[in-house]
Amino acid sequence: MTDTRTATGTPLVAIAGNPNVGKTSLFNRLTGQDLKVTNYPGVTVERHVGHTRLTGAGHVEVLDVPGTYSLSGRSAEEQIAIQAIAGLEGNQTPDLLVMAVDSTQLSRNLYLVLQVLELGVPTVVALTMTDMLSRRGQRLDAEALERALGVPVVRMVCHRGEGVDELRAAMDRVLTDPSQGRPGWRWRPEHPALLEDIDQVARLVPENWAGGNQDKRWAFGLWALLSLDDEDELQSIPAELRAIVAERRARADADGREIESQVIRGRYQWIDEHAASAVISTAPPARSRTERLDTALLHPIFGFAIFLLAMGVLFQSLFSWADPAIGLVETAFGAIANGIENVMPPSLARDFLVEGVIAGVGSVVVFLPQILLLFFLIGLMEDTGYMARVAYLMDRVMNKLGLHGRAFVPMLSGFACAVPAVMATRTMESRRHRMITMMAIPLMTCSARLPVYTLLIAALFPPTTVLGFLPVQGMLMVAMYVFSTIIALIAAGVMGKFVFKGPQVPLLLELPPYRVPHWASVLRMMWQRASLFLSEAGRVILICTIILWVLLSFPQNPALETDYDALRTETVAAIENPAAQEEALGELEAQEANDIFLQSYGARLGHAIEPVIEPLGYDWKIGVGLIGAFAAREVFISTMGVVYGVGDAVDEESATLREHIRNETYADGSPVYTPLVGLSLMVFIALSCQCMSTLAAVYRETKAWRWPAFLFTYMTLLAWVASFAVYQGGRALGLG
Amino acid sequence: MTSLVDASTGTHGRLAEIGGERSFRRRLMEMGLLPGTPIRVVRRANIEGLVEIEVRGCHLTLRKSEASALLLQS
Repeated sequence: MTDTRTATGTPLVAIAGNPNVGKTSLFNRLTGQDLKVTNYPGVTVERHVGHTRLTGAGHVEVLDVPGTYSLSGRSAEEQIAIQAIAGLEGNQTPDLLVMAVDSTQLSRNLYLVLQVLELGVPTVVALTMTDMLSRRGQRLDAEALERALGVPVVRMVCHRGEGVDELRAAMDRVLTDPSQGRPGWRWRPEHPALLEDIDQVARLVPENWAGGNQDKRWAFGLWALLSLDDEDELQSIPAELRAIVAERRARADADGREIESQVIRGRYQWIDEHAASAVISTAPPARSRTERLDTALLHPIFGFAIFLLAMGVLFQSLFSWADPAIGLVETAFGAIANGIENVMPPSLARDFLVEGVIAGVGSVVVFLPQILLLFFLIGLMEDTGYMARVAYLMDRVMNKLGLHGRAFVPMLSGFACAVPAVMATRTMESRRHRMITMMAIPLMTCSARLPVYTLLIAALFPPTTVLGFLPVQGMLMVAMYVFSTIIALIAAGVMGKFVFKGPQVPLLLELPPYRVPHWASVLRMMWQRASLFLSEAGRVILICTIILWVLLSFPQNPALETDYDALRTETVAAIENPAAQEEALGELEAQEANDIFLQSYGARLGHAIEPVIEPLGYDWKIGVGLIGAFAAREVFISTMGVVYGVGDAVDEESATLREHIRNETYADGSPVYTPLVGLSLMVFIALSCQCMSTLAAVYRETKAWRWPAFLFTYMTLLAWVASFAVYQGGRALGLG
Repeated sequence: MTSLVDASTGTHGRLAEIGGERSFRRRLMEMGLLPGTPIRVVRRANIEGLVEIEVRGCHLTLRKSEASALLLQS
């Protein structure tokens, strides 16, 4: 672990620091566009690795480490950061740490720097936000700080690229010259009892952590003494190390001595003595712009009204701005499918390609416009600092449910797609909160439910207004969003009380200063999350669509095919007009697909589940649609296209499909779909977990099958009971 | 000594004591809230039950239930 070269001979440079200090823009400045995303050992947290070339050290690997305030963080991301910095749990120890330090919050940032210096990792400090500092009328004496810390300190303005060359030179110096950037301990614990504690713990630090270095062993001893407890989820800590830490702490407690306070005060004393003097104020402190803005934005009434307005704009844009792009995606995939159908002769392979693969990829890409837009807006809220205020405003509601205001933020992403939202829970510091939030997120109205609602509302509810100005259809859509949000919040509350019991987790919310968004980082955040959706959800959706195609097209029926071939020949002979001929052939093909479907495994499955869904007002054909919805809820629509013989190339705007839905009848002539059935169906779609990708994501995050199983079971039961209540209740009231 | 919960908006003071649950106290201390650290009460949101403070150039929000365990020197 002390060797400076990796197995491949390429030095590893890790960029670490507190959250929101500009690590990622530093990373981008250093590495350019070259980025490789892999996973950290043992967990599916993305590891962002880039490369750069330094004059002396040559080719180096650059790693973007998640933000953490200290080496005792408790959220999933913070623990990853600790492991990456200290080289635990199968992570390679970095050959150089570039510590991003927010110059406007110097002392708190230096705390983490002191910790890594103790561990003996070669370090360079990059001062970020220096432009903000000068706007506050303050200046930082980088040379004084450099002398105090004993490592190179480089002042930077990342978005203007200032300081990048100096940083690269400093990195190069430390990588090539072993006398630089390794100053070791900046302070020393003095209390004899504490020294004894550290000695005792250090003796049980595994040999491979310290690599024979006595100072490093001691530093790991101190780290373990301060940071290991029954809440951390570090796997590779030897049991005897945990035992000695618990023993020494108990002993200190008995003596009325608090280890935490002794250690943390020791570090901050050094910081206050050496670093405070590095900040030079050139103007008297004024009440900041941020505080004045917060007077309005955190106001119990105006602040909340502004928040609701912001949400309104968010959703309005989701509906109206994404639409043209969605249309474009649908047209493009329709054209690709058509092109293949024109080039390839009819065959099973062609059907597989068009109805399985192309349709599958299409149903992934079609979500992109909305997901990109929503993540852009969420990224904007984060980058400007408004997101922390959302957490502030929502804390009262979330507190009643046993959660934090911060838990609302990943839930907000659930309006786009549950998969990135589930992954966003990694920043939550309590595992209990994380589980509750993860189990509630899939109830939020994601973008895949939207087209299903659009289809059902347009087909079954009149385009009229109530009270003269409220459009029925639009109101229903809004009602579905409100309904899903309320149910998700209630579900979180119930789960906190009965499933994930535990003590209240205290809130500690940082309100960063407002700032003008850096568009590049907003776009980058948007793209990172959207690509999570593409890679994680996309794969599952594609596989499910292919399975669905098999279910709906098998068993193959050669006799049926011969019959339709004959009919096709007849049609070609009978109709001269090429346009009319093509239309007739298209109809034949849809009919054939429908005939195949009626015999298919999918149809048999639909019949099999009919008794279960009949009390909700659905027939077996709707059952097939619901099975199809497992790929992604939106696939319900194309499945219904196949079921009703309209063909699978339909979308929620298809007039033909709406017509079929309205005219579908039971054998006795009564309609299958009434507005009440539509409502029951929308409630089912809203509450059930018809989404394989979400289940897969929850499995990856929890690494236990029982959580996706629990999620699926509770949501399906909830959906069934609620739809039953809507349908049977509505009938009892004589509504359908 | 007054509790942070009882301090009015705009109060400048120094922390005297940091109480509360152990791992939360560690987090507060690691963020630089230590005995003797100067703080300022920026906002008290009674309806939301929150207190915002400025400490070491950073704005932090706590719930009143935890803020009551932070004592200020008078």
